[in-house]
Amino acid sequence: MAIAESRVETKVYMPQAPRPRLRLLEDERWLAFVLLLPTVVLLAAFIAYPFLRGILLSVTDARVGVPGNFVGFANFYKIFNDGIFRTSVYNTFLYTGVTTVFKLALGLWLAVLLNRNFRGKAFTRAFILLPFIIPTVLSTFAWKWMFDPTFSVLNWLLYHLGLITGRINWLGDPELAMISIIIVNIWRGVPFFAISLLAGLQTISPELNEAAAIDGARPWQRFWYVTWPLLLPVTMVVVLFSVIQTFADFQIVYVMTGGGPANATHLFATYAYQIGIGTGILSEGAAISLAMFPVLFLVVIIQLLYIRRVEVR
Amino acid sequence: MTKVTRRNFLKSGTALAGGMAGILAIGRAPAFAQGATVHWLRWNDFVPASDQLLRKELLPAAEKALGIKINLETVNGNDLQPRITSAIQSGSGPDIIMLFNNHPQIYSESVIDLSDIAGRVSEAEDGYYDLCKSNSADGQKWISLPWTIVGAMIAYRKSWFDEVGSPAFPDTWEKYREVGKKLKAKGRPIGQTLGHTFGDAPTFSYPYLWSWGGTEVEKDGKTVNINKKEVIESVKFMTAFWKEAHDEGGLAWDDTNNNRAFLSQTISATLNGASIYIESLRNPDKYITDTGAKLNTDIQHAPLPKGPAGQFAMHTYFSHVIPSYSKNQDAAKALLKWIHTKANYEPWFVSQKGFATPPTHEWEKHKLWDEDKVMTPYKIAGRLGQTPGYPLPTSGKKAAEVLTKYIITDMYAKAVQGATAEDSVKWAQDELQKIYT
Repeated sequence: MAIAESRVETKVYMPQAPRPRLRLLEDERWLAFVLLLPTVVLLAAFIAYPFLRGILLSVTDARVGVPGNFVGFANFYKIFNDGIFRTSVYNTFLYTGVTTVFKLALGLWLAVLLNRNFRGKAFTRAFILLPFIIPTVLSTFAWKWMFDPTFSVLNWLLYHLGLITGRINWLGDPELAMISIIIVNIWRGVPFFAISLLAGLQTISPELNEAAAIDGARPWQRFWYVTWPLLLPVTMVVVLFSVIQTFADFQIVYVMTGGGPANATHLFATYAYQIGIGTGILSEGAAISLAMFPVLFLVVIIQLLYIRRVEVR
Repeated sequence: MTKVTRRNFLKSGTALAGGMAGILAIGRAPAFAQGATVHWLRWNDFVPASDQLLRKELLPAAEKALGIKINLETVNGNDLQPRITSAIQSGSGPDIIMLFNNHPQIYSESVIDLSDIAGRVSEAEDGYYDLCKSNSADGQKWISLPWTIVGAMIAYRKSWFDEVGSPAFPDTWEKYREVGKKLKAKGRPIGQTLGHTFGDAPTFSYPYLWSWGGTEVEKDGKTVNINKKEVIESVKFMTAFWKEAHDEGGLAWDDTNNNRAFLSQTISATLNGASIYIESLRNPDKYITDTGAKLNTDIQHAPLPKGPAGQFAMHTYFSHVIPSYSKNQDAAKALLKWIHTKANYEPWFVSQKGFATPPTHEWEKHKLWDEDKVMTPYKIAGRLGQTPGYPLPTSGKKAAEVLTKYIITDMYAKAVQGATAEDSVKWAQDELQKIYT
């Protein structure tokens, strides 16, 4: 046998060197960039692009199907001199302010109740979420029927209880129409507050309350001096989300009143929709929408600064 | 088997270019149509039987005749505008879209010229009514193809009007107010919307304004002079009329509320198409009056009363546009041509039972109008109506802006809600000036 034939080749296992691209990912900065990329792309496509497009539209005289020319701030000048826009601004602040106060108070009350032990706790918690789970348009249509000028079940009930003698014109009277949409928003928003605050309450150690009780604190004092300060950061986040959503609300008003009667219940979003989509003046519609932005931006800044302060403390 | 010779082939080809003869010669649908799907967006018809007819009979027949697929989509009438706006902006969407009143004017730059089909239909059917041209033409071309006119008449309860001493329907606003007062005292008010809705609100508020001598713009198309004595009087009258004679919930009504209220017998009269009467005919045993009679035997129709400046009407007008973005423009035009031939349009018209008045004079001769005397007033609806922007000959972009902002309707609605007549009219003057000057 020839020597050459009997030679056995020995192989030493050497792991393959990582490809340059993978090696790049070992650098945390690049890894972070790659991981963040999908989010950045999504935000750019669905938030930044429409936002920039909105800004561009608002400084032109574009109409539907017509690109338009640059007109500077003419659209903003026009809307600030528009009575319906001013009504919409007032309505939006009123709607957001009143609903947020009620949603917070009722949500907190519900959360405290749900945080106790009682039979059927799980069922009750699930049940309370219903208004939040049902698609808004669907539940708002149900409310529209309940407030119907002719066939309102609420009127029927109040009439048969002897509380009213005639019909209440829920959606036909400007003030009652505003109250009606506020009621629906509160009804829909309370579960979000309740469940979020309940989650916050459950992170608070019961020992703190027990210790306060041993020290002689009454239930109200225990809530005010122990529970509330610990719940505050969660509350601020919940309020922040709620204010943003309520300020830009569209569905409830669109379905219930369409901004009527005679433009009395328009919010920023519904008025922007009427002008931009209904009348086809996209540029003015965009200007109305953008007028919301500084207010929302300010709200977000104030609340985020507050949350940071609470966290540092 | 047919032998295809060079001569036969050339003959067929020439015929194809000529139209239907070509289709018949080669036994195939036109070249444009091979595999094309035409997406047709319409409202949910207030006469559901007509939508059924379209889906089950007419469109399958059109598919067969034209060799195309048709995707019919129906939506709530108030949702048509949002759909066309988003379609035009995104450059994709339905190939044929139904629009109301003068709304096509808003989209005139983004739809194709339909003058050829309009010319053919007009020639074959004794001409369109003037209101069709005013709504559908932009001065040079037809931007939408007239489909139908839903006549706006007051549907009223004959026996209830008799009871309050008005056997004939009141022919002036003053008389109507007096009768309405008595009816409301009996718990049977007049029902009228002053809400933001496409049909019943403008078809009431515009003719009401005109009948008092008011217009949104003067004949020069630039001068706005609505803030005048006659209009302020009309608003004052309306405020009192509303309180004394109307169901005050009407401020929040859309186009369906008055139908429900009338059919449930909570109102005595309402401006409407004939859909209430047609529904009561469709379900005669469901709608029974307090005396046990069938409701349909107690419904009559009458035009809006006269005002100091005369008697006016505005009817809800329907037409179709083909957006320029459509990749199936030829197929969409072929479908419109097909549906607008007399033979194909007639079954649809008959299924409407008079709710819809066709847009051409020819159809006034149709026997349907002789079948039910209650429907006869609708026969000539097309002759009588004016269009938004009156007295301008064409209801252009500015009139469309006024209409879609509901300025005329809101002028009355604001006063009814408590604003003074002077303030309401001044508000309307300011809003109109922003648009016209």
